[in-house]
Amino acid sequence: MKEINIFCDAIKDVSIIASKIKARPKKIIGYLCSYAPEELIYAAGFHPMRLFSSKSEIMMAEQHLQAYCCSLVRGVLEDSLSGRLSFLDGTVFPHTCDSIQRLSDIWRMNGKYEFFADVVLPAKLNTQSARTYMTDVLNKFKQALEIAAERKITNTDLWESIKKFNFIRKNLSKIYALQSQKPGIIKGADLFAIVKGSMVMDPDEVGQLLPVIVANLEKIDVPKKNVKRIVVSGSICDSPDIYTALEAAGGIIVGDDLCTGQRWFEGEIPDDENPINAIAARLLDRMICPAKHASPTARGENLVSLAKKNNAHGVIFMLVKFCDPHAFDYPYLKEAIEKEGIKTLLIEMDDQQQNSGQLATRFETFIQMI
Amino acid sequence: MSDKLPEKRKIKSAKKMRDIMTTYYLDAMTAKQNNRQVAWITSGGPVEPLVAMDIIPVYPENHGAMIGASKMGEDLCIKAEDMGYSSDLCSYARTDISCSIVKGGPLGGLPEPDMLICCNNICGTVLKWYEIQARYYNVPLFILDTPICHTQYSPEIARYVRTQMDEYIAFLETNTKKKFDYDKMARVGKLAYTAQLLWQKVLNTTAHKPSPMSAFDAFFFLALIVTLRGTQIAVDFYRQLLQEMEQRIQTGISMVPDEKYRLLWDNLPVWYRLKWLSEKFSGHNACLVADTYTSAWCGAIKYTDENNFLDSMAEAYTRIYLNIGVDQMADQVLDMIKFYDADGLVMHSNRSCKPYSFGQMDIMRIVREKTNIPVIMIEADMVDPRSFSQSQIETRIDAFMEIIKQRND
Ligand code: SF4
Ligand code: SF4
Repeated sequence: MKEINIFCDAIKDVSIIASKIKARPKKIIGYLCSYAPEELIYAAGFHPMRLFSSKSEIMMAEQHLQAYCCSLVRGVLEDSLSGRLSFLDGTVFPHTCDSIQRLSDIWRMNGKYEFFADVVLPAKLNTQSARTYMTDVLNKFKQALEIAAERKITNTDLWESIKKFNFIRKNLSKIYALQSQKPGIIKGADLFAIVKGSMVMDPDEVGQLLPVIVANLEKIDVPKKNVKRIVVSGSICDSPDIYTALEAAGGIIVGDDLCTGQRWFEGEIPDDENPINAIAARLLDRMICPAKHASPTARGENLVSLAKKNNAHGVIFMLVKFCDPHAFDYPYLKEAIEKEGIKTLLIEMDDQQQNSGQLATRFETFIQMI
Repeated sequence: MSDKLPEKRKIKSAKKMRDIMTTYYLDAMTAKQNNRQVAWITSGGPVEPLVAMDIIPVYPENHGAMIGASKMGEDLCIKAEDMGYSSDLCSYARTDISCSIVKGGPLGGLPEPDMLICCNNICGTVLKWYEIQARYYNVPLFILDTPICHTQYSPEIARYVRTQMDEYIAFLETNTKKKFDYDKMARVGKLAYTAQLLWQKVLNTTAHKPSPMSAFDAFFFLALIVTLRGTQIAVDFYRQLLQEMEQRIQTGISMVPDEKYRLLWDNLPVWYRLKWLSEKFSGHNACLVADTYTSAWCGAIKYTDENNFLDSMAEAYTRIYLNIGVDQMADQVLDMIKFYDADGLVMHSNRSCKPYSFGQMDIMRIVREKTNIPVIMIEADMVDPRSFSQSQIETRIDAFMEIIKQRND
């Protein structure tokens, strides 16, 4: 499909995407976490771009972060220090895990971009005071953006931006729903490209492409095959090979609990009199990340319901090596899923070390088992 | 530390301290029989409201340190790994989680909590760790969310944390079915404040040359300011300890014989190698005179209002050493280097503690730029001995001390 190819091509080189955006001209604000309020960045007239590691060899970041730091944090720092992110005009760090928290300091202290902001979000999301604080923090970020943009962000700007991102999110949800209804309707690697592309490409372009893809997918049918339905859980998954290897083994991803997946796009921003309150509401109520707290059992309940809703045969935990929040949740989530009679598999990933041969074998064994 | 020291160098108060800690743990272990409630609380959490409510605070991190010091860490860490917890996770958390289940460790496990109080001013690890314990013990969990002050303590952070102090009190009222006694809280607050001041003074005595105690002693004497802050016991003890230190200064008793070099330690102690490290450094006539860890329990005292403890608590608990930006941490390290007149900085790159360890390399660079004292980084873990390579560390310390000697002679 032509539209899907556009995504596949685009994500091959973010610097090309960046130079197109900059030519408009538009400034680019990078971020590493799905709690970044993109709607605000976009409303200020900037382009919000999720940062991934280019997975280059760690050389300069060695001088700042020990080897027991996750490969995402080390990799993105490496990209920045070695100039691969020179297209950035700024970055924003929403508060997430301890590693990103310190990356923010290191980034600021060694900073070379015009704009820098910490958005110190609450870590607990289930109280009224956290709700108020969330709104305060977003308002403060809005002011910082206004200074950078040298203009006011109006409510109209915000609602337009919210609508755009809601639209993108809704369409991504539809594509996921279609894949769950008709597994195999879209190749895993293509799905990956669409989601990743949506996080880095121009939202206007994404907003045009997605509905066409949805319409096309609605028309297609796939022959009923005996596939194993898989739900993936973890932080980021930035490797199309994983999707391909899983498919080769006979499994299809029908849902995910990833911050580069459904955790990022599920849930619309509600209508509210005040757009900032509305953005805050979504951040508070969306599928929770393990670095945040809603209740001791929120994540388990979420994942079980996601797996059941998608009739998953298996759940694969894809954890990034040295990622604390996810590693702490793993034994509990595994138990919760297995209690439902669903099998699980743990894959530990590291951007710097990938062993696709071994991965293929592990997937095959797992798929045969379920 | 003082075990094998000649009699005159031994710190006399150590015995008293052991007795107090034994009584404290006995009280905690028998809380149920005595109809008292137990709350588990993170090391950086506000304990004063618990003391005011007559709830016994128990610190899994202090317990973790005991596990480390009694060299039981490896076994408990492995047990946690068998339960599915990655070996890359904080070893305090790993040992505590497995200890709850297997009832291991020097005490045969901690007394079961009636409630959990988790303050994330030290890390995000405690958030996950306390969620796990909340599920395991099925008890109420209160989270005090203290947003990190990368560059500032902002008005919105102040409001948020202050509101949570009231929520904390309401939580305690609900779970004890007792009214909160604000007058008692004020008294407890004063005691906590006084003990912190005294603790700071104890730590300050090591600015004297030669130093009457070392950071290894501070690691030991820290336990009371953590666990019994807000009680008369802590105040009395630290007053006595301070007197002893002043006495030692007057009579010229140093902890390290022939102290020639003075070093600053960064990060948590390596609990299972305290003795070895202490002997290693004193063998080079070097004394670790201070550290960034033990001072964390008095570092925010400037934000505390003794006469309005409850209101000032929000700021004091939010702006602690680990909850600020790396550049501010570097400033504090520089201040300490100056105050203690340190000849070198020893950084423990602690695999367990990411918020403490990430940023250390930038602090190292800043210290080198601004002071040109030698800095060494040792890779280890505070409780899990498996990442400690003695021969490698020994070679590095020897080389580091050579540089210091050359610079100072
Ligand atoms: S992968 Fe984990 S440790 Fe790394 S940035 Fe994401 S949440 Fe933090
Ligand atoms: S050692 Fe570090 S990660 Fe572990 S509980 Fe303490 S502050 Fe948190």
